Amino acid sequence: MAEKVLNKSFNSINIAKFRELGLLGFILLLSIMVQLRNSSFMTLENIDDMITNTAILSILSVGMMLVIVTRGIDLSIGATLALSGMISALTVKANPDLHPLFAILLGTLIGMACGALIGLVIAKTGVPPIIATLGMMNVFRGLTFMISGGKWVSAHQMSVSFKGIATSSIFGINTLIFIAIVIYVVFYYFINHTRTGRQIYAVGSNPESAKISGINNEKILCLVYTIMGALAGLAGVLWVSKFASAQGDTAMGFELNVIAACVLGGVNIAGGSGKISGIVLGALLLGILNNALPLINVSPFWQMAIQGGIILIAVITNALVKRSVDRNNLIWRKI
Amino acid sequence: MKKVLALILAVIMMVSLLAGCAAPQPASTNTETQTTTTEQKPEAKKKFAFIFKNTGNPYGEKQMDGFKTAIEELGGEAILKAPDQPTAEAQIQMIEELIAQKVDCIALTGNDPDALQPALKKAMDAGIKVLSADSAVNAQSRMVHVNQADPERIGRVEVQAVVEMIGGSGEIAVLSATSQATNQNTWIEWMKKELEDPKYKDVKLVKVAYGDDLRDKSVSETEALLKSYPNLKGIIAPTTVGIAAAGKVLTDKGLKGKVQLTGLGLPSEMAEYIESGVCPWMYLWNPIDVGYLTGYAAFALVEGKITGKVGDKFNAGKLGDKEVIADGDGTQIMLGDPFKFDAKNIGEWKSVY
Repeated sequence: MAEKVLNKSFNSINIAKFRELGLLGFILLLSIMVQLRNSSFMTLENIDDMITNTAILSILSVGMMLVIVTRGIDLSIGATLALSGMISALTVKANPDLHPLFAILLGTLIGMACGALIGLVIAKTGVPPIIATLGMMNVFRGLTFMISGGKWVSAHQMSVSFKGIATSSIFGINTLIFIAIVIYVVFYYFINHTRTGRQIYAVGSNPESAKISGINNEKILCLVYTIMGALAGLAGVLWVSKFASAQGDTAMGFELNVIAACVLGGVNIAGGSGKISGIVLGALLLGILNNALPLINVSPFWQMAIQGGIILIAVITNALVKRSVDRNNLIWRKI
Repeated sequence: MKKVLALILAVIMMVSLLAGCAAPQPASTNTETQTTTTEQKPEAKKKFAFIFKNTGNPYGEKQMDGFKTAIEELGGEAILKAPDQPTAEAQIQMIEELIAQKVDCIALTGNDPDALQPALKKAMDAGIKVLSADSAVNAQSRMVHVNQADPERIGRVEVQAVVEMIGGSGEIAVLSATSQATNQNTWIEWMKKELEDPKYKDVKLVKVAYGDDLRDKSVSETEALLKSYPNLKGIIAPTTVGIAAAGKVLTDKGLKGKVQLTGLGLPSEMAEYIESGVCPWMYLWNPIDVGYLTGYAAFALVEGKITGKVGDKFNAGKLGDKEVIADGDGTQIMLGDPFKFDAKNIGEWKSVY
């Protein structure tokens, strides 16, 4: 009996591992193909650019993974990002001497408030997350236009220290990458080694039994949307600092890239499963696509089609692997 | 008495319902401003509508300001509209609304050259004068087009500028908006024509990249240009998001002076890079004047002073007399040469738009 259980868990671990290896292999294959067409791809400078450009996406993927694990989705993060970016940019414009850390804190708090609001709506009223976040997306986007009066905040209106957030480095690593790494380490510990972290998965894989076993589902839902909001707020400040411009339509549609990174990384859109290591690879693959497609000189029409095709292949692989895991589990049960 | 009370209550409910519907997204759906000016004539004022590409664009707001000023000078009523997304579908809906409102004239900056044709035809059949401004719709769906600055002059002037910056020889690239953008594609055509001149035999246009007017994509495309063409000496970016993103990349990579940058951009967005010298100078027209000229052209159409034929002449207020000229199948009115922004004048313009 013990052996059977061991075998079964061994088997699913194996396949889960294989899936990530498959993604890693795909990334390597893609990199080699790009490298053959343009030798500047594998240079240190390009890799640095690519990871810096992917840092914001990967930060948001962590939050999105938690949301998707609870069977939800958050379409409002692009708008939350724009709102927090715009408010911090306006604050910096009004007070040029402000310490950049304060701007980061302000942006994160704004995002957190937006996220908490969404979490409350979803947890307390039971509105489907896709509808609730779609509505809030428009509310936040509208607020951004209202607060900015439709105007942009430009590079010359921002202080040097604020723009420096994205260009400075800590221990030789670009600050954006450094922040992303810290977030990944913290959340790896949080979801794997804390009670609340494990409860998120429990709520996602079976809400009814989670409730019976004494987990406060509402609290967990509130928590994941608040975390998502806080990360989106943080990303807003980083975005504005990186591009030295805050627009009302900042990051319009960016939520779809984030969801794509999660799905690519093997997060099950039906909830219950998803790993940090997976979304690192998912975000990396999207980052490589964004970086490499301009390098290999394909027509802009093909760029979108290629990107969509790769995402589709990844999702189909996910479905196939999942089916084979289920089938294997049934076989073990028969014996 | 009860009936009247019920009616009043019903009306109040309807109004509050409508207000409630509009409340969650006041700025994002559409900005609509109705301007009324004092006028002696007792009959209803003529209504002139202007539809811009999307909301929240400072450039569009200046254009709408110019339009409003012109219409107010002439004693009409200006209706300013813009959808929250730059799509043709959203504009079609607004055109339908304006036809229902029986306005006298619709001016718009098209989000698509052809997709708006059925809606605009319907407007013209209803007796509404239709003209496009800035970004043209096809010749069948308008009576006349108001062009910001001569596309030929923009294309040629930008090539001349970048060649002067790089010292007469070397590789150059173009960073445009989307690959279907009407304006940018016309300018790029003229850039290529200008480059055919034998005096540019040492200048090579290596690539036209498309940043889709998105910050992140424009940055990736600029970085890709710099890596794919290590000998690149100049970038022309005829779009404001593109030129600012390129300016930021060149600043961060310390390439000031090594890779030159010019193009079309908003002075406020580019002030940082023009003052630092990353972009020695760039061009744009005055959007207030584009809107102002559109206002006068719209009024002339409604008054019957012009019909959109080649050779029609009218007075455009402070801009003087303007003439309708041929433009492919259709006709257009030109604002003139693009305006040059450099380190000397950027200080006064960066606060304007």
